[in-house]
Amino acid sequence: MEHIRLPKVESVRLLDRVSPRRSRVGTLYLTATHTIFVENEAGVRNETWVLHSLVCSVEKQGASASGCPLVIHCKNFQVLHFVLPRERECHDVQLSLQRLSQPESYEELYCFSYKPNVDEEERRQEWDFLGLKADYSRMGLPNSLWKLSPVNRHYKVSDTYPADLFVPESATPPVIVGSSKFRSRGRFPTLSYYSKENHAAICRSSQPLSGFSARCLEDEQMLEAILRSNPRSDFMYVVDTRPKLNAIANRAAGKGYENEDNYSNIKFQFLGIENIHVMRNSQQKMLEVCELRSPSMSDFLEGLESSGWLKHIKAVLDAGIFIAKAVAEEGVSVLVHCSDGWDRTAQVCSVACVLLDPYYRTLRGLMVLIEKDWISFGHKFSHRCNHLVGDPKEVSPIIDQFLECVWQLMEQFPCAFEFNERFLITIHSHIYSCQYGNFIGNNQRERIELGLRERTHSLWSYLWTNQADYINPLYRPDHSQTQGLLRPSTAPYCFKFWRGLYNRFDRGMHPRQSVEDYLSAIQEETQQLEEQLASHKQKIAQLEQEQGWRSVTQKAVGFDKSPTAWARGNDLSLANTPQDYTGGFLTSSPCQPKTPDSSLILLPKDLNQTSESNLSNGSDQESGIADLSCRSPLSEDSTRDADSDEAAYSAA
Amino acid sequence: MEFAELIKTPRVDGVVLHRPFMPTVEGTLCLTGHHLILSSRQDNTEELWLLHSNIDSIEKRFVGSLGTIIVKCKDLRVIQLDIPGMEECLNIASSIEALSTLDSVSLMYPFFYRPMFEVIEDGWNSFLPEDAFKDLESMTDEWRLSDVNKDFSVCPSYPPLVAVPKDIDDDTLRKAATFRHSGRFPVLSYYHKKNGMVMMRSGQPLTGTNGRRCKEDEKLINATLRPGKRGYIIDTRTINVAQQAKARGGGFESEANYPQWRRIHKALERSNVLQESLIKLVEACNDQSHSMDRWLSKLEASSWQTHVKEILTTACLAAQCIDREGASVLVHGTEGTDSTLQVTSLAQIILDPACRTIRGFQGLVEREWLQAGHPFQQRCAQSAYSNSKPRQESPVFLLFLDCVWQILRQFPCSFEFSESFLVLLFEHAYASQFGTFLGNSTAERTRLSLPEKTVSLWSWVNRPQELERLTNPLYEANSLVIWPSVAPQSLLLWEGVFLRWNRSSRCLDEAYEEMVHIIEYNKELQNKVNSLRRQLAQLETEDPLLQTP
Repeated sequence: MEHIRLPKVESVRLLDRVSPRRSRVGTLYLTATHTIFVENEAGVRNETWVLHSLVCSVEKQGASASGCPLVIHCKNFQVLHFVLPRERECHDVQLSLQRLSQPESYEELYCFSYKPNVDEEERRQEWDFLGLKADYSRMGLPNSLWKLSPVNRHYKVSDTYPADLFVPESATPPVIVGSSKFRSRGRFPTLSYYSKENHAAICRSSQPLSGFSARCLEDEQMLEAILRSNPRSDFMYVVDTRPKLNAIANRAAGKGYENEDNYSNIKFQFLGIENIHVMRNSQQKMLEVCELRSPSMSDFLEGLESSGWLKHIKAVLDAGIFIAKAVAEEGVSVLVHCSDGWDRTAQVCSVACVLLDPYYRTLRGLMVLIEKDWISFGHKFSHRCNHLVGDPKEVSPIIDQFLECVWQLMEQFPCAFEFNERFLITIHSHIYSCQYGNFIGNNQRERIELGLRERTHSLWSYLWTNQADYINPLYRPDHSQTQGLLRPSTAPYCFKFWRGLYNRFDRGMHPRQSVEDYLSAIQEETQQLEEQLASHKQKIAQLEQEQGWRSVTQKAVGFDKSPTAWARGNDLSLANTPQDYTGGFLTSSPCQPKTPDSSLILLPKDLNQTSESNLSNGSDQESGIADLSCRSPLSEDSTRDADSDEAAYSAA
Repeated sequence: MEFAELIKTPRVDGVVLHRPFMPTVEGTLCLTGHHLILSSRQDNTEELWLLHSNIDSIEKRFVGSLGTIIVKCKDLRVIQLDIPGMEECLNIASSIEALSTLDSVSLMYPFFYRPMFEVIEDGWNSFLPEDAFKDLESMTDEWRLSDVNKDFSVCPSYPPLVAVPKDIDDDTLRKAATFRHSGRFPVLSYYHKKNGMVMMRSGQPLTGTNGRRCKEDEKLINATLRPGKRGYIIDTRTINVAQQAKARGGGFESEANYPQWRRIHKALERSNVLQESLIKLVEACNDQSHSMDRWLSKLEASSWQTHVKEILTTACLAAQCIDREGASVLVHGTEGTDSTLQVTSLAQIILDPACRTIRGFQGLVEREWLQAGHPFQQRCAQSAYSNSKPRQESPVFLLFLDCVWQILRQFPCSFEFSESFLVLLFEHAYASQFGTFLGNSTAERTRLSLPEKTVSLWSWVNRPQELERLTNPLYEANSLVIWPSVAPQSLLLWEGVFLRWNRSSRCLDEAYEEMVHIIEYNKELQNKVNSLRRQLAQLETEDPLLQTP
């Protein structure tokens, strides 16, 4: 590869973030798609794989006698501190990685070179797994109130909207087109969610081009049509998710918000969610807090507060609750917009959907929701997630906030969601990894032009195939929490810091035993027991029937509590070692037992590797065998020693 | 009865009770010597029985002739009573005030309480020092049980029997006691079976400004070291605080006189600072404002989580010295009755799987808190709502329970008990019908004849139906040392205590039930499968073809 200035550096140290004295020595390889650190400890082969597309920054720090530090920050919040022996090498690796992690064109993205072992027919089927048509018909659409409009078939009315859009039955093409001319980017009011039970709907759009006094008859008619599509209601809410000041400032630019006097029977409301720049800075500040080396409790809490992150999460959730309640409790339709209607609007509509409709709290439902309110409605994933080198001011963790809102809800309603935290984290990781085609580009039109459906793989079918990993054992479709509208508390103390995502790679910080994994293992065992029960019953019945004559051919299979089923719950064997409690005064290393310690289960080799692959980026392990095919030299025989791989890496 | 004169109005009708997460109840309010009772005399509503000793403070408000009393409890619950009639309201308020602040221990409810349950095992005899020593004897013969303190004259806050190194005679102990704060000479707290290392605890040495030394004290603690080995002294105070203590006759072990020991200073806070912290934390939790900034800054300003982190860190350090460094440890602060006990008891939770069982944890609370002389009566006299001037109150024990909860959260399958056991201990430490937490030391408890006159909390807990309620369904014995994370990200606010009355726990309770259901269904199936298997085996042996060899 032309961008790799140095394919291999030896004697590199990888520092542990929590206790820097615990470092590992190994060889660093740069391949076309990954940075790989292979530890050269005798007997073990620990590897850390980092996908280039997940790299967010590469920073070279001042060289010292011990070497030249290189810090890699990843979009999945992994941070790797390497120390390279020579500054020259460090410089080369930095330049290479900077180039590799900032592709200049879509063609360079990993999804186009990612070729798992799947034939073309299967690949095509992956993309048919999820369709939005099915979701709209699940809502009961089209019906006498809402119709599918062909007006944006060729992306002529709004090039950032999807081709298929639902509009009120009474909205004629001239009204739609007229309204679109009065809205930023032509993003006219259209349906996002429809409640079969009471006909209330959530609609979304961009801001009106009202300036200080402009009006648009068609736009007013459009809102009138939305109101009429909810026959039981005599008014509707128009919600501007921005802070009032921001909306007022937009008026000077000829944009702004709806004047209640010009639209009949609307109630207008600001919801005060900050813009993408505020959110970007806020997350940055929070991540700095997460990265502090042994912070005090005050450092952490003060940092968390001053980042404002949880305040913003609360604002998004509060806004979602407002809309969900309007729909479910008042039966009133809501039109939601912000500026362009692809960031805050996407957040708020999708949060409201999760609160309103139990379907969106299932595995498939959440995928559909992301496909609908985010992907199809043109959330600018490639800009917001910095998939290509581009304007850093376009980057913002808007989708992170949505996923976090769902997580906060899961904390309050542990039985209400079919999926677990791992599901959210995996989705998060792949939004940034560029391994699958789903999130590439900024809108539907771009995705079609890129031929993503023809050339890449879909995350949704991957997740569905591996659903066993993502099921919440506490979920039951008939549980009371599963039903109807969720009414979360938004008292400040109900919002927690999401350690599982932002400190995901600091394994030492997480609970050493997982209740969820334990319960999943039990459920798995329960399933086996049910099967055994059935087969025993059958055999007994058979035996009783055969009383005394034919010989019994089958012997009862002795049941013993399967150790494998239980092992999963007991993560303790993943060496629970003390942290640095000392502040560094103990003479010997506080973290490494000097002799093999009987209290610790010595790690079998494969277990060790599992724990390591957890450390490397999610996409590697999650994609399993499939992913390995594009890095065949290693995958075929991962036990070979590092040196013999040398040729393979440089050839790559 | 002597309470009658304190009760100005024993009964008021038409009182309305407001409680968190429960429907409003109208009924008759009755005051007895020890309880505030509200009953609607209807079958379907729950009565309120509130121990006067659970009342931390009350507030009165009047709107016309309707009076309102806000009752703030030591378990952090706040209830409201609307009482018609100003005079009745004033009478009730002053009666409650008087009854909830009785000074004399012997008037407390445990002396009047008669158990309504069958005592299977008398808890007063469940955790005697001599029984604990039998366990120690089975592991090592390097220690002996000394009765030097049999009349509480050597150390008033120690039990009559303490474990000390075998080679140290009682005279040496007596002399060492004169050199330690309140006579609290170094005694055995924990023996680590795996490597024979020990943890001891004591009061601070009384070196004073002129550097007094005591050969007997040095001999005593050196006797716990293996030849050529060094030990660690964990002083729970900062070096500055320890220096200042010299002026008041206290001090710390100097390198010159204790060359085999390495001293480590940690910064655990004293009692009044902790009490202040609790008050601020509870205030933050009760704040009705919906501002995130305000909540986080108040939480931070309370410093409660900081204390949790510091205590846990120090306990981990002690455990690490013992388990990983293979060194013995002596822990003390000033008196050796507060932060010292937090550290020694938490270190045992980390190191010793036995302490993570229900019974083992009771034993730990007995050994390291009750018998070790933590002054419960003083520390738990008031909780977070008290308006009275703080004297000796401090949530030292609550902080310990919070730290245990943190470890439990990180190792949810390694404890035999569930969170509810910790909450129960918190409640009973502050107000109880049982005598367990009365008094400040074994000497006081003996003087009050508590074992004869009151019922032990353990008598109540150690019955099948109670044990079942407190058992953690996820428990699987784990013989390993468990090292918790002390990163701020890993330490959570203990919602089960601090937000218990502020937010509904319905959904979390349902999740817990669901979890229990999953586990129980699994057990049920196992039993069924096993019995079918037996049936099958029987049928097979009855099969004539199989019977012929």
